[in-house]
Amino acid sequence: MKEIVLIKLGEMVLKGLNRRTFEDVLIKNIKYRLRGLGRFEIKIAQSTIYIDPLSEDTDLDDVCERIGEVFGIVSFSRACVCEKDLDDILDKAALYCKEYLEDASTFKVESKRSDKRFPYKSPEISAQVGGRLLSTCPHLKVDVKEPEVTVTVEVRDFGAYIRCGAIRGQGGMPVGTSGLATVLISGGIDSPVAAYMMAKRGLKLNAVHFESPPYTSERARIKVEKLLRQVSRYAGSIEMHTVPLTKVQETMRDRCPEELFTILLRRVMMKIASRVAEETKSGALITGESLGQVASQTMYALNCTNAAADKIVFRPLIGMDKQEIINISRRIGTFETSIEPYEDCCTIFTPKHPRTKPILRFVEQAEREAGLDELIEEAIANTTVKTIDF
Amino acid sequence: METHYLDNSATTAVCKAAADKALYMMTDNYGNPSSLHKMGIRAEEEVEKAREIIAGTLSVDSREIIFTSGGTEANNTAVFGAAQALRRRGDRVIVSAVEHPSVHESAKRLSELGFDVHYAPVDKDGAVDIEALKALLNNKTILVSVMAVNNETGTIQPIERVSKLVHKLSPEALFHCDAVQAYCKTPLKPQKYGVDLMTVSAHKIHGAKGAGALYIRSGARISPLLYGGEQQKKLRPGTESSPLIAAFGAAAAEADIQADSGYIRELSSYALGLLRQTDGISINSPEDALPYIINISAEGIRSETMLHHLESAGVYISSSSACAKGKRSYVLEAMGLSDSRIDSSLRISFSKYNTKEDIDALTAGLRTGIATLQRR
Repeated sequence: MKEIVLIKLGEMVLKGLNRRTFEDVLIKNIKYRLRGLGRFEIKIAQSTIYIDPLSEDTDLDDVCERIGEVFGIVSFSRACVCEKDLDDILDKAALYCKEYLEDASTFKVESKRSDKRFPYKSPEISAQVGGRLLSTCPHLKVDVKEPEVTVTVEVRDFGAYIRCGAIRGQGGMPVGTSGLATVLISGGIDSPVAAYMMAKRGLKLNAVHFESPPYTSERARIKVEKLLRQVSRYAGSIEMHTVPLTKVQETMRDRCPEELFTILLRRVMMKIASRVAEETKSGALITGESLGQVASQTMYALNCTNAAADKIVFRPLIGMDKQEIINISRRIGTFETSIEPYEDCCTIFTPKHPRTKPILRFVEQAEREAGLDELIEEAIANTTVKTIDF
Repeated sequence: METHYLDNSATTAVCKAAADKALYMMTDNYGNPSSLHKMGIRAEEEVEKAREIIAGTLSVDSREIIFTSGGTEANNTAVFGAAQALRRRGDRVIVSAVEHPSVHESAKRLSELGFDVHYAPVDKDGAVDIEALKALLNNKTILVSVMAVNNETGTIQPIERVSKLVHKLSPEALFHCDAVQAYCKTPLKPQKYGVDLMTVSAHKIHGAKGAGALYIRSGARISPLLYGGEQQKKLRPGTESSPLIAAFGAAAAEADIQADSGYIRELSSYALGLLRQTDGISINSPEDALPYIINISAEGIRSETMLHHLESAGVYISSSSACAKGKRSYVLEAMGLSDSRIDSSLRISFSKYNTKEDIDALTAGLRTGIATLQRR
């Protein structure tokens, strides 16, 4: 029995003339995500993508796991391929559904006939298949309202397909269809979630990470690489720019008012990230800021930070509670790594009483007096780049 | 005299890749994987690489794998860890009657501690009796342990079927599967089967003794056996044995289930052909057993006697399980074999390093044994 995976597309089916582009990007992303699992024939028709494994040893469970991580997919399912012939459909339904129905007590059959040349109408197909399944699994009862298993028969252009239920996909839009954006990633819980959320809206990502050896450890950077690797399951490959901030932070410590350390640091990060974005043709910055979470994320502080950015800053977590963020982080698999305890740039030289209502004029003055902007050039020049991929 | 080592279910020769890796980890990359400095990071990288390889062989996430000192510790961690974590939800623990002693004895200990322990019977082939298991499962059940492949007979257990039943009839229970004898010999997909905990071991797949791993499904909570440092999410504290773990990874990376098991199937059917033609030999393993293990009896000759006779010809096998030296096999008893079959039972077990010559030496040894030993 030949089995394939059928994929239903997300909101991109609403797109007009651009739809083809969206579909092409999605198929490219799916192909990339399935690399290493064997050879596939992938085709699209009637808002459905068909993934047909060509290698013998391909495990469709692995395929489904990966498909479940690709943005732009509403739902997907394994399906058994039949001839467009009622007898073949009936025989295969009996064989194929057995495993799914063995432990169920109720079921129903739904049919969709998009190929109107098929001589049986949908209700007739359902009745026939239902009858056959009842005779092969006599313990079953039909329940059209709340069945434990829904068997779907689709008669489509290329053939007929039987599936038992469907799995919800990630939704969202195919990565890359919205352009490229730069995420500022620290190693905490929030920034990987922010990256995931914006990738879901179709952004391809690159990342800026700051480190201050010897105050921060190589382990902190490895932790961030691990986080980005997890995000790349959804977002595709991510170019990670690691920028050394030791000199900037030491200068700040020596020459700036303590209560401004945090805000000054955030502004330096925005300036550097804007430069990286400019050089990599990225159109926006992404941060994990959430209003009021810490001193640097008050409305007043965010205004000062924002003024240092040259690009639009996406802050998808701005209105979320910590617990909501943690829930997403657990779901996407970054939480356990995020809570590994290593110092990062934001946790060293922290002031005892950071200013929660900084005033931009004074902040800019402190920057000028310390000559921070000149140090930024040096930091950028010493940036290292690494591609992170799952 | 040539060595014909046919006791690979007891342990295997370490493959070169694993031995090289262990040496490298001992003499060059010897940092403590938890150290903050580079030496620590380099060692940790190797441990994590191994974790990913092992996770890959089970189609699970590397964060679901913890390393242990071997199969016995992994089995103990699973049994005691699950019982401890879930004891407020119920007290029934069910293990099959043919589990390895590290599960069997752990269950016995739980019984002494007050848990309601049951041993699920098996049929004549050694496979769990599904109806009997159904009758034992209730909503007070917190742990069920059924092995993937039996270490004495090679019997393959219906893991997927058992798993479904457990989760349906005992929603609180964790399902543990000791897969030491199945690992890298047949495809294992714990996540797909609904297995919550799965034990594997290095030294049965050409890794070194002293390393094993436990798969713990993400979301399944168990208590640790050991307390100490922060290593492995506190589930298994103690400095990781980086040489043995890295060697485990190297051995698992070298295993090729398709190719290896194909070759073993060939060897096994060659051996079975010869054994069936040998008068006085009966075969205790079921027809559909894992080809890596053949359990036989030469009735009338005590296992140990035959074992030493074969040894004198350079052929090394086991009298059933090596872990139960001198004791009568409770596995074969549970299968309902006669005492004379049990007392004369022998286990032949293969690895990819075996050849047909090894099997010829074995059958020749068995023949002379039967001819000469029986008369005494």
